[in-house]
Amino acid sequence: MSENVAIVIVSHSLDVARGTADMVRQMVGDEVRVGFCGGNPDGGLGTSMPDIKRCIESVYGPGGVAVLVDLGGAETNSEMAVEALPEEWQSNVVICNAPIVEGSVMAATEAAGGSDLAQVRATAEELSP
Amino acid sequence: MSTQLIARLIDATAGSIEANAELLTQLDQAIGDGDHGLNMKRGFAAIRAARDELSALRLPEALNKAGMLLVTKVGGASGPLYGSLLLAMGKAGAALESNRAGAVSMLSEGVAAVKKRGKSEVGEKTMLEVLVPVLGALRQGVEGGEATAALLERIKRTAREGLEASKPLRATKGRASFLGERSIGHLDPGAQSSCLLVHAVCDVFMAEAA
Repeated sequence: MSENVAIVIVSHSLDVARGTADMVRQMVGDEVRVGFCGGNPDGGLGTSMPDIKRCIESVYGPGGVAVLVDLGGAETNSEMAVEALPEEWQSNVVICNAPIVEGSVMAATEAAGGSDLAQVRATAEELSP
Repeated sequence: MSTQLIARLIDATAGSIEANAELLTQLDQAIGDGDHGLNMKRGFAAIRAARDELSALRLPEALNKAGMLLVTKVGGASGPLYGSLLLAMGKAGAALESNRAGAVSMLSEGVAAVKKRGKSEVGEKTMLEVLVPVLGALRQGVEGGEATAALLERIKRTAREGLEASKPLRATKGRASFLGERSIGHLDPGAQSSCLLVHAVCDVFMAEAA
């Protein structure tokens, strides 16, 4: 189980991130580690690079981490967070170009089946328009 | 590079962002999500709060530190974008002399970092509408041996023209791209904040040169 790809959900809204994580857990159980974060450093809508970094670190394992984001700032902040991780982790953390709720659920479903990071990402990104 | 200069740059940029936060918010409400003013204000307030610490550093290290503050405190896309600009300028500056040619190389690296971070080029209605022509004007002036005061005036004019040129563009990057055609006819908030910052920095150097 610890080898499964982990999921990190990054939304501008902590409520959206938490709610998405709840949906993932209900659908795929505890097979997959799920982290979530949201809100700017003042607690308003937005994202926080240090929060995202901590969130990735909290679920990181050898299987890697798929990060699902909502809007622009969540993506750029997530990219900065990945670049701030230890170098040997960086290629093992990917930001998926997918809708946050559906992408998280699909990615977690794929991860729960033991798929590798590339496959988890591909499954999530099939949902992109 | 005097320590006073760093403090003046902080006062001028943070002051301008604070004074114009409402304008940035209004522009962003028209074509974005309305958080640009508040986000920039938060980021530059953090830089201002670190004024004494930053002023004690050499310029490249100060830029580096200020860039990290923007990345960690802003909360929107502008944090990583402006943060990458300052981080890249600081990184480049560490290996350069603090002269006019060094300034060209630093800004060149900074603008390249913004393009990379935003996966964007000029013409997509972003802060690059200002930064790219400003870099061109700086490079041209330095290579042509233009007097500093005249060069700074021309850079300010170029920034203003770049901002105005963002108006008719259709956004294809960032939140404004969701609006498609409806983004046409609005100034880009990121171009506006870049113009404010370029003007603030030029004014400091003008006072310094006078």
